This record gives sequence, C-alpha cells and structure tokens, in this order.
Amino acid sequence: MLNNRDIVINVKNLTKKFGDFIANDNLNFEVYKGEIFGFLGANGAGKTTAMKIICGLSLPTSGELTVAGYNIYKQQDKIKANIGYMSQKFSLYEDLTVFENIRFYAGIYGLSLKIILRRADDLIKKLGMENMRNTLVRSLPLGWRQKLAFSIAIIHKPQIVFLDEPTGGVDPITRRQFWDLIYDAANEGITVFVTTHYMDEAEYCDRVSIMVEGRIEALGSPQELKSQFDVQDMNSVFIKLARG
Amino acid sequence: MVKIENLSKSYENGQIHALKNINLNIERGELFGLIGPDGAGKTSLFRILTSLLIPDSGNALILNYNTIKDYKEIRKITGYMPGRFSLYQDLSVEENLEFFASVFGTTIKENYYLIEDIYKQIEPFKKRLAGKLSGGMKQKLALSCALIHKPEILILDEPTTGVDAVSRKEFWEMLLKLKKQNITILVSTPYMDEAILCDRIALIKNGEILTVETPQNIINQFDKKIYNVKSQSMYKLMKDLRGFEHTHSTFLFGQFVHFIPNKIDFNTEYLEKYLLDNNHSDIFIKEIMPSIEDCFMELDQAKSD
Repeated sequence: MLNNRDIVINVKNLTKKFGDFIANDNLNFEVYKGEIFGFLGANGAGKTTAMKIICGLSLPTSGELTVAGYNIYKQQDKIKANIGYMSQKFSLYEDLTVFENIRFYAGIYGLSLKIILRRADDLIKKLGMENMRNTLVRSLPLGWRQKLAFSIAIIHKPQIVFLDEPTGGVDPITRRQFWDLIYDAANEGITVFVTTHYMDEAEYCDRVSIMVEGRIEALGSPQELKSQFDVQDMNSVFIKLARG
Repeated sequence: MVKIENLSKSYENGQIHALKNINLNIERGELFGLIGPDGAGKTSLFRILTSLLIPDSGNALILNYNTIKDYKEIRKITGYMPGRFSLYQDLSVEENLEFFASVFGTTIKENYYLIEDIYKQIEPFKKRLAGKLSGGMKQKLALSCALIHKPEILILDEPTTGVDAVSRKEFWEMLLKLKKQNITILVSTPYMDEAILCDRIALIKNGEILTVETPQNIINQFDKKIYNVKSQSMYKLMKDLRGFEHTHSTFLFGQFVHFIPNKIDFNTEYLEKYLLDNNHSDIFIKEIMPSIEDCFMELDQAKSD
C-alpha cells in the first residue's frame, strides 16, 4: 500500500503546554500518503491534544507542522478544507435524513449541487442504503450510522481523514465492515489517521505510534513493534509500554 | 441469586423492543458477564434489576425480592455502577464516599476492608473534587461507592468502555479479587476479550440472548473449522477469500484473517492453490481454536440468516 513516500503529515518538535503541564512533549513523526496510521495511547496520554493541533483546531506552544502541504500557523483554513474528521461522539445530525446529512456536509465543503447529487447516489449505493435514503439518522442502528459518518467524512475526497475511536461499542461484525471501508479509502490514496482502544485494530494499521505521558514512546509497523518488544501481539506491546 | 423470567421491555409506544422475553438465572458468587454491542439491551436489563425501570411484562427477582414490589430491599442489596459517571462532581472523593455510606446507613470504617485495595489507590487524592479526576480514578471511586454498603450483588454497566487496555486489565484484576469476597458480580461489556474472565456469560444482541454458557463451553460448541490465514497483501486476501467457493465466512482478526470453510472436511490444499492462483505470496494457513468473538459472530450470523 505504500508505493510512494509522499509525506502528508510532518510533525517536528511539537510541544503543547497548558500552564506547567506538558500535554505533548517534543513529538516527531511523519505520515505518508495512503497510509493507515494508528495513533495509540492510554487515556490522558495526550492524543486528543495532538490531534486537535494536527486538524488545525488549536495551535502548538512550539514546533513545526505541515498537514496536507499546509503550514499549521498560517494556513489552518486550508488544512480544514483538505481533511475529513469523524469521532464516535459526534458525527451526524440525528434529526436530518441520510440524504440531508450527506447534502449538508458536502455543501459545507463547497461541493456543487451537481457533484453532491452524484456522490450522494454513489455513497448510498456503495453502503447498500438505498431503502434508507430518507430515513432519519436517529432511527438508524449505530453500525449504519458509523459507516455513513465515515463515508460522509470523505465525501469531499480529502487528503487525510481523522478517525477518533470510530468503532467504540459496535458489534464485532460491524466493526470489521467499518475497517473494510477504511481499507478501501486507503487504497484510493486517502491517508487514514485513527485512534482506537481495540488492540486487534492496531494490527490493521500500516504503522502505529504509542504515546505515553505526552511522548511518543514507540513508532513502527505492528510487526516491527512486536519484534522490538519481543511479544506476540499489539496488546502486549501496549501493556508493556504503558505499564513501564 | 438472580432469577429473570420472560422479561420484556419496549420504548416509544412499543416501537423499539429493548428486551424480548429474556430468561436468565445467576448463581450466588458468580462473576457473570453480559456481552453485547450498543443497543443490545444491556442497560435496560440492568435498570430493571436495580428497580430503576419497570418492565412491560415478566419478573425479575434478586434473592427472591421482586424488583417492583420489593424495590426498597432491592436497593439495599445491590451495588450499581451506571455506564455514565454519576457521582457528585462538586464533592470531593472522600465526601462522595461518605455520602454514599451515610445514605445506606453505614460508615466507611465499617466496610473499609471491602474497598481497601481499590480506594487506597485514589486515597492520596481524597480532597480532590470528583469532577477533576482522571477517567481511571473516577472509575475506581465509582466502584468504591457502589461497594461501600456491602451489597450482595454488584451490577456494573460497561465499566471499561472507552478505557485503555492497561486500565481495563487493572479493572478486571479488581473484579477477580472482589469475587473472592463472595460478592456476586454482574458486569456488561462490549469487549469480547473480557468474556473469557467470567464464570458464565450471556451473549446478547437486539434484545435477545443468543446463548448462556461458560466461555469454555461456548468455544467447545463451535462446530466449524477455523483457520488463521495471512499473505503479503491483507487487503487483497480479504477480497479474494470472499470470492472463494468454500468460504462460509471470513473476517479480519488482528494480524490474520479468520477463515471458516463451509464444510468440516475441508482440505487446506484447496485454499493454498486458490491463493497461489490469485498471485498471493508468503501464504500462511493454520488451524486454530475459535475465540469468543468468533463464536459471537457465528451465532449472530446464524440468527440473521
């Protein structure tokens, strides 16, 4: 999947302080085009803080960052236009229908009505939701909502999509169907930046980073990390690192 | 200890069936797991058991107390930790614990031995407001508060959801210690890997119980073969396996794909040849034991077919 090594996220010496508290302590990493990058860490390790900065929602205390080719200090708006975002907590408007949600988000990203209608049809067909087109999102099962939310997050064909614990609480079959969508997106060249507490999902990533107390303590492919820590699975890597 | 008979509950004028004719018995001293995804009906069942919700039909009894008629007794003998953090954010750690103890007519001192292992981890922060605690510490405080009146049964609604792998492991270590104090524990979780730590589990989805068994028996009852499969491209492997004539089901599982053939006398040479014909390299195929997650998915699929 990593045929080219175009860098789409470049983070150098990223530090973020809140008063005396150092939430992100000199982070350095690169993410490549079309890569599935797992961003892992214990609760409170500093993942959300770093993700907000990379998405252009907050500024670092110091450090150099480019995201989708744009500078984090000068071109935050360009970054926002070139990324997609989905989290488990907030994704869709429950009192709009499936089609209305698609149209609303695509409109926000400035797509023309003609393109919106075409992509809405493609998306609904791909997900097999033809008979749910005019259903309120409120009455969709959670699994459908999450698949729809992901597809809408990439409706404007962003360079990068950020997924913040996208599969929490979902049944095991739906969780895997969701990863099919992630693989399809990566295969089309969209970079996927994902956080999760499911360690089997860490295995699906091309590379993962693991944060501990504000620092990146490990970075590599799942295979590399398992060899480095001399364990069988990513769960053991995680527990070894986070427990010290 | 717990007896649930023909229990049903619906919402929105009967349009949403949260629980459909549930029957379940839980023994004294058991660590019983209710395993299922969001929307399965886990929380509805727990709210009925703790007397906070009235069922449409059926009965739920804890130690022969009826959850409707005898709700006062029910509340004395149950310790409940809801899914959402529901302690008083503007009281300190210590004040929360004192409050819960006094409501149940007891003192921290009287039952301290029960919570000691858990509470001493947050005791250094006992003057801190509960709202200012980290996720893991909130969880420990909530568990201490649910235990302080020495309940007969502890009912924990998804205590580990959204919690990282390390804290999840620590939480289960605490539960296994509590079990030794002879407290019956009923715990729900969407994480299939936690199922194996329970004495018995009920797999639940869409308001129906798929099965009730020991984790080992659920695994033993799996009547198909299952293989770990790997090749140089997992993406292509998934796509190709779906098009294979002998595939019953195939799912991503960590670094492998789990492949279940549609017949029991399946010969892996077929699969190897098929993958070679489709230009796969570094092919790895090995028969394995199913996990609880495999069993859940199999039961789930059989139900929807």
